[in-house]
Amino acid sequence: MIEARHLLKRFDDQTVLDDVSFRIENGESVAIIGRSGCGKSVLLKHVIGLLKPDRGEVLIDGENIVPMDERQLLRVRRNFGMVFQGAALFDSMSVAENVAFALRRNENLTEAETARRVARVLEMVDLPGTEDKNPAELSGGMRKRVGLARAIIYEPQIVLYDEPTTGLDPIVSDSIDHLILRVRDHLKVTTVVVTHDMRTARRVGQRVLMMHDRKIHASGAPEEVFNSPDPVVRQFIDGVADPEKSTHGNIAS
Amino acid sequence: MNLSVKQTLAAWLAGLGQITLLAREAAAALLTFKVAWRNLIYQVYFVGVKSQTVVLITGAFTGMVLAAQTYFQFHKVKMDTATLAVVGVSMCSELGPVLTALMVTGRVGAAIAAEIGTMRVTEQIDALRTLATHPVDYLVVPRVLAGLIALPLLTAESISLGIAGGYGVGVGLYGIDPVYSWAHMLKYTGDTDLSIGLIKALIFGGILTLVGCYKGMTCGVGAEGVGKATTEAVVAASITILISDFFLTLGLERLLNAL
Ligand SMILES: Nc1ncnc2c1ncn2[C@@H]1O[C@H](COP(=O)(O)OP(=O)(O)OP(=O)(O)O)[C@@H](O)[C@H]1O
Ligand SMILES: [Mg+2]
Repeated sequence: MIEARHLLKRFDDQTVLDDVSFRIENGESVAIIGRSGCGKSVLLKHVIGLLKPDRGEVLIDGENIVPMDERQLLRVRRNFGMVFQGAALFDSMSVAENVAFALRRNENLTEAETARRVARVLEMVDLPGTEDKNPAELSGGMRKRVGLARAIIYEPQIVLYDEPTTGLDPIVSDSIDHLILRVRDHLKVTTVVVTHDMRTARRVGQRVLMMHDRKIHASGAPEEVFNSPDPVVRQFIDGVADPEKSTHGNIAS
Repeated sequence: MNLSVKQTLAAWLAGLGQITLLAREAAAALLTFKVAWRNLIYQVYFVGVKSQTVVLITGAFTGMVLAAQTYFQFHKVKMDTATLAVVGVSMCSELGPVLTALMVTGRVGAAIAAEIGTMRVTEQIDALRTLATHPVDYLVVPRVLAGLIALPLLTAESISLGIAGGYGVGVGLYGIDPVYSWAHMLKYTGDTDLSIGLIKALIFGGILTLVGCYKGMTCGVGAEGVGKATTEAVVAASITILISDFFLTLGLERLLNAL
């Protein structure tokens, strides 16, 4: 279970999160949506302890991770897998070394067993036989899928996805959505997907949280949120720019 | 003006404090053997083997020019055979360790800062952390350890080549008496001088790798941040090496003579 209580986060004088609270049950899959730059990635990084809030608590299975130091956090993070917005693959390593990283570091397996698990998980993300490639040789979509393979190989209980489908063509996006569902059902993981792609949110979220103006603005089942009459939600879902900005915001101004 | 001096000083002190904390963290990791051994071997190769050319050329030519300059002065007062003694003492206790460290800083300190800085701006360090790996264990410890192992060895090489070069210039070029000057050199270059040099090399190896790691880990955003971190690593490490060299000279002299 993931629970955030009254999170406040500032960078210099910019407040990114202000009194953000939510709760995600075990095995649940939640989509966090919101406009670009509203602090979704920052929120996700708080859940796994990469960033610390200025105020508030993050509870993972009832344990507050905010006061923990980096070494204590390492233990908590073994339950987590995270897929980064920009994939964040280790560019000095091959695909296989990237994917096998956590196994090599934290588990004592034979080389053959490691190779077998790498092959299996690469198969799962539809990239069989890419073991010896370099991350630089891969396309954006392939990199995201390698990032996903790296995050799920050690079978974590919670997987966090930061914009897994942004910037990919609809077909690859679709296959990644299915992959997220497959990982969820196959490994029974708690899934948190940050996205501004409505299709992804609709498909993988059993519940949708919408961030707006430093807060969780709306929360509920996808149907509820997507059909909400709230103007802020409507504007985001329908994808129209600010009415004021669009009438006055021409090049001359 | 006054304010900016104060700020610079404060920032410098804060940086030193952070580096000390980093060193403590690295030492703690080392004591629990949480070291990435494969990385260590690669780093020793990178710091040690790949610095050979630079260090050997520096050592040899420093020894040669030092012998020539000393000979010019000593020849006037008919002390030709003391030339190699000067070369030996200076190479062992000062020029060997300091010049080696400065050359390696330019190569390795810069590379470390650039590599770790790039990893930071592309979120690879965050990725490490999510994979339950402490960046200090995985990135800092192998590099610092490699610096501690490689620098004394590189310095020893540089000292040897410096003395050999000095001998070549003195005996070969200016025809000073080989037997006397060799005996003088052995007489005046004590174990203390060599120990001072190697201890300094060890400390400089720690400084240049730690500063490189620190600048990389605290690098700013984007390509500009990485570039700045690289420059700062070289400047900060060089200055720290030169300043600490002075205090090390005074301190080690006392310590080793007291023993
Ligand atoms: N390390 C940081 N230092 C300073 N400001 C930051 C940092 N990280 C994020 N921010 C700021 O926090 C705000 C939220 O950033 P965040 O990356 O969370 O947005 P996002 O919702 O993920 O956007 P996108 O959908 O474009 O990925 C931005 O205004 C950004 O400038
Ligand atoms: Mg983001």
